[in-house]
Amino acid sequence: MELLRHIIFWLFAVLTVGSAVVVVFHPRVIYSAFALLFTFFGVAGLYVFLSADFLAAAQILIYVGGILTLIIFGVFLTAKITTLDIPHQTHQRYVALVPIVMIAAGLFTVVKNTVWPTAPLPHHPTTQVIGELLLTKYLVPFELASILLLAALIGAMRLARYYRKRED
Amino acid sequence: MAPNRPSAVKLSTYECGEEPIGSPWIRFNTRFYVIALIFLVFDVEVLFLFPWAVNLSRMGLFAWIDMAVFITILVVGLAYVWGRGDLDWVRPKGSERGAAAGK
Amino acid sequence: MWLDLGLIVGKIAVVFIGIIAGAFVLTWAERKQSALMSDRIGANRAAILGIKLMGIVNSVADALKMIFKEDFLPPKGLRFLHAAAPVFAMFPVFMTFAVLPFGPTITVGGKVIPLQILQLDVGMLYLLAFGSIAVYGVLLAGWASNNKYTLIGGMRATAQMISYELILGLSLIGPILVYGSLDPGVMATAQNGYLWGWIPKWGIIVQPIAFLLFLPAAMAETKRCPFDLPEGESEIIGFATEYSGMRWGMFFLGEFAEIVVLAAVLATVFLGSYQVPFLFDAGEKLGMAGFHFPWGAYLPIAEWAVVALRILSFGVKVLILMWLQMQIRWTYPRFRYDQLMRVSWREMMPIALANIAVTALIVMLVA
Repeated sequence: MELLRHIIFWLFAVLTVGSAVVVVFHPRVIYSAFALLFTFFGVAGLYVFLSADFLAAAQILIYVGGILTLIIFGVFLTAKITTLDIPHQTHQRYVALVPIVMIAAGLFTVVKNTVWPTAPLPHHPTTQVIGELLLTKYLVPFELASILLLAALIGAMRLARYYRKRED
Repeated sequence: MAPNRPSAVKLSTYECGEEPIGSPWIRFNTRFYVIALIFLVFDVEVLFLFPWAVNLSRMGLFAWIDMAVFITILVVGLAYVWGRGDLDWVRPKGSERGAAAGK
Repeated sequence: MWLDLGLIVGKIAVVFIGIIAGAFVLTWAERKQSALMSDRIGANRAAILGIKLMGIVNSVADALKMIFKEDFLPPKGLRFLHAAAPVFAMFPVFMTFAVLPFGPTITVGGKVIPLQILQLDVGMLYLLAFGSIAVYGVLLAGWASNNKYTLIGGMRATAQMISYELILGLSLIGPILVYGSLDPGVMATAQNGYLWGWIPKWGIIVQPIAFLLFLPAAMAETKRCPFDLPEGESEIIGFATEYSGMRWGMFFLGEFAEIVVLAAVLATVFLGSYQVPFLFDAGEKLGMAGFHFPWGAYLPIAEWAVVALRILSFGVKVLILMWLQMQIRWTYPRFRYDQLMRVSWREMMPIALANIAVTALIVMLVA
């Protein structure tokens, strides 16, 4: 069983990283979007290994079912997609170093300060706990999330309408 | 197991018997994109409803009011897109370039 | 350990064969029932040694034809995505069945075996999540075919599926509120409870509005009449136009498998899953397995028979719901696209939200 666990873990890990590489380097943007599906899926698999069942389902439902559909729709909307040359060269190397160092430092700190459990965690259902926390301790962020969603919705609608008017 | 005997006519794209013109990867109507946008917002809302639904019977009125506020705010969003006509598939003439998608 | 692994493989095999068999029967039932309803004879030509089995042999012939039919690719299409699309239409459908219980938890030789492949605390979310992957089948098929009409067809289908997916999610909240769990196994157990001691607490009784929302939304997800705008068999050029042979067969198989799976979901959430009204096993009624009627009568039944009855009841419910979907398909005319969008966003959505608010209020007052 332990061996099986390891094999499945590595499958998901390779899937996630491998497809992420395809996302970055594939010259055709539709394939990049398609590869992103596997990245999201792999991440969901890794969540299962962390006993985060609710998060794993949410990852697939929101990222694969919602956000990626939107991205692919966006690709379809892009004008002259077949002739569009998507640049892959690097520009502004030295300026880019600054955010790279900052992100790397941030990630490094997180990796260093996290206590990594090496033995498999006992499986606990998380939905109920998440619900409780959302309704008590994190109530304000939870309600703010709805306002954020509302703002995003109205903003997106206004932008969509703006460009539609300009095209007329 | 299937045979493979391609020919030019067989492989040509089916467009009601007309010769295909131009690239198929055209820009299509933004309306589909708008629907996907609205969908995404409400998908997140549905997701938040799940942990709440499991806890409601235990947490009572407080939890009910919390979610009522949450949903009301999003219903305002629904009312907004509804009122502005983003949910109408057929718009009055002139407000849209042609009624058919993909023009 | 090997025993556990064997059990899991066994359960997967049972479910897989069940879905395929269901889909196979459906291909036949669809032709025969449609013929019956429009006063035709229906499939009756294919025969093996003169045996026709009321046209069932035709389904075998169809499958053979599909395997041996030439499978071509549009020349400028995207080869890889074109091949991948049918897989995405079929694979998530089979995956969703994993969380549904097809029978009660049984004990064989001291070993407790739940008749459910995956006992998942987030089962209902898992269902929705894998349901949402099915969108990529039509989306990629439309794009990869190098055809303007398939692209538009794919977009249409996608917009329809995501619109109705919301309704699916919202209508499931009601039953979850009532049963207080996302695990279909727990929901199944809870449906052997009774209101005032005699009305079974089935989903369709405690959540009738959710049922009436879920059924059409589910049918819209399968893209079948009256929601068959994406395909429209002979009239509309849909996303699958540039497919033939086995790849098209996979779309088709995925669709029929989806009917079976949706019937199973409906049965699990709204029709009491594997429960038979007033039938209890030994664990639930202090060692007295059998029918306990509300007027006090008691009909003892052997423990194994209780299990058998329950599995049978699940099968019968799934069959009835499959038949219902066929019946609806051949009864109602097709929606127009703007009507389709209006129904989901402007009619079903407010009803679903209102249903949640009212259900929540009642659940809270009862608790």
